[in-house]
Amino acid sequence: MIIVQVLAADPLLSDGIGLAEVLIVLLKTLVAFGLLLVSVILMIWFERKVISDLQNRVGPNKAGPWGLLQTLADGLKLIMKEDLIPAKADRRVFVLAPFLSAVPAFVTFAVVPIGGGFDGEKFGAISLFGHDTYLQLADPPIGVLLVLAMSSIAVYGVMLAGWSSGSKWPLVGGVRGTAQMVSYEAALSLAVVSVVLLAGSLSTHDIVVAQAGSGYELFGAVGIPRWNIIATGVVPFVIFLVAATAELNRPPFDLVEAEQELVGGFHTEYSSFRFALFYLAEFMNTITMSAIIVTLFFGGPAGPILFGLPGWLWGIVWFTLKLFAFLFMFVWVRATLPRFRYDQLMTIGWKALIPLALGWVLVLAAINIGRDEGWNMVVVVGGSLVVLVAAWAALTAAVDVARARHLSEEAEEEALV
Amino acid sequence: MGYLDGFRVTFRKLFEKRLTRDYSKHSEAEGGGKAVKPVRLHGRHVLNRYEDGMEKCIGCELCAGVCPARCIYVRGADNPADDPVSPGERYGYIYEINYLRCIHCDLCVEACPTEAITETKLFEFSFTNRDDAIYTKAELMVGDDGLPRMLPWEDWSDIDAVAQHTSAWVRATAPSGAAAYEGRVQWSAELGFGVRPPEQGQSAPGSQADTGEAGAILGHAGEPEGDAEADRPAGSEGDEHHGGQG
Repeated sequence: MIIVQVLAADPLLSDGIGLAEVLIVLLKTLVAFGLLLVSVILMIWFERKVISDLQNRVGPNKAGPWGLLQTLADGLKLIMKEDLIPAKADRRVFVLAPFLSAVPAFVTFAVVPIGGGFDGEKFGAISLFGHDTYLQLADPPIGVLLVLAMSSIAVYGVMLAGWSSGSKWPLVGGVRGTAQMVSYEAALSLAVVSVVLLAGSLSTHDIVVAQAGSGYELFGAVGIPRWNIIATGVVPFVIFLVAATAELNRPPFDLVEAEQELVGGFHTEYSSFRFALFYLAEFMNTITMSAIIVTLFFGGPAGPILFGLPGWLWGIVWFTLKLFAFLFMFVWVRATLPRFRYDQLMTIGWKALIPLALGWVLVLAAINIGRDEGWNMVVVVGGSLVVLVAAWAALTAAVDVARARHLSEEAEEEALV
Repeated sequence: MGYLDGFRVTFRKLFEKRLTRDYSKHSEAEGGGKAVKPVRLHGRHVLNRYEDGMEKCIGCELCAGVCPARCIYVRGADNPADDPVSPGERYGYIYEINYLRCIHCDLCVEACPTEAITETKLFEFSFTNRDDAIYTKAELMVGDDGLPRMLPWEDWSDIDAVAQHTSAWVRATAPSGAAAYEGRVQWSAELGFGVRPPEQGQSAPGSQADTGEAGAILGHAGEPEGDAEADRPAGSEGDEHHGGQG
């Protein structure tokens, strides 16, 4: 029963699988699917409305109250449109690509814990028809790896869409997307490693459990939550945030579909339902990535139980609030920052984010080992930071030397000409 | 924090008052409706008539000649002696404007020697076939009340507010090319409106440049000649149209 072992962390599946368990999993699947679709529809409306507010515009306000039904109207319009496949397109790949984009967005959401009371003894499990289960579709022991794997597969959606369209703009967009997503995938993964180091588990549920609880004491009374953003020292969070924005192809990293340069980028040739799928995937990815950030760095659904409502409902409330904060932030960033140039994008990714993420993981690892071995923490932390700074200086120097050499070579070549 | 300043700028916009007017709400009370149109807005044309009902168009085709989009088609014909259409020798027999081509530059209005063609403030008209886009003489000619014919696909809901203003009456250049005509009635009477009030506002009313030059021009009762230049006060340079038309 390898499958059971892969999914076994959920208490629902620990006592073997019967009809009830299958039905419960089916129900959870349906609920998660529906929830995600509805939230995508709302997210598109939310994004358009908020970005209008941030730009002193009104935004959609005609379809339904406050324009809430605008997304449905747009979706209907898209589906009714003519479905075009360019004559030069590689038909099979062209048809496949939108699904490669949309499916990972769904699958990633499966491992996100969206509720449950983490203050009690059940560690986030709720009772559903007499069976204990987590408020997440699946809790594989490799949860975080699944997230990274899915985000890697999503690259294929962009790349193959660009490749198979048989047109130059999509091709350039696809090439850009591949390079960008592969580059930032590394920084993203290294930021995740910091979290995994602290939580000691790859399971998203365990990561949330590790962040739940009373929190650090500050000045006696006020407790700071034990969120990973503080425990890992903020830097991995910032790296993850930047890399995630790039991974989502959201502004200021939306070079893949830079309208001014590439028409529509990788989805230039797409229309109708296939385009709708890309559109859906884009916003769904924003939601799932925000949910992942909340899970990894902000304690997911963990939070205090204040009054009235049962604990598991408070979990949903906290999760939703945190999620909204990040959705707003993504929109805010989009409304504010201009797009990066391609070389700037690569410079940030390779020369700043990846070395910093790598160095920070090493520092965290050293601190962890030091704590386990009972070394003097001041020396460990200080020494690690000194090494980090020295390495950073060495890297900067190396980059400078390389650039100087490159420039002088260019000058020599010009002199020869 | 140089990089993050922009975030403060966009965030502040959240709380600012929106300037957008909700056009689709049809009344001012709901905070929407049509805005007051500038008097010189260029909309679709009308062909005007004199107060006795005669057409102003004389079929000279100057409008068609000047049109940069070549959207006007005019053919003149001799007036029937027993039942003249316009005062004078000839009249516009065919007059068509293709609104798929018209760019509303108002040059035809400028060119017209009899103020026959002017532009209304109507811009909300959306036809659904190309035949409708070509306005014929019957569609362009004002009705017996002097108001434009209101075609089914045109939105004339604010006619009361805009009927008083056709762009010829306030066109950028005065009939002879002299800005100094402002403040004086320079237009023949029109069916439904009679003599329209004079235009105000290109220069300060009653200023030296205004009245002095206008007096000089009007005093000669013809085109301005060299001595009008001599009368002009020192401060009124820049009246470029003046010499060119003479």
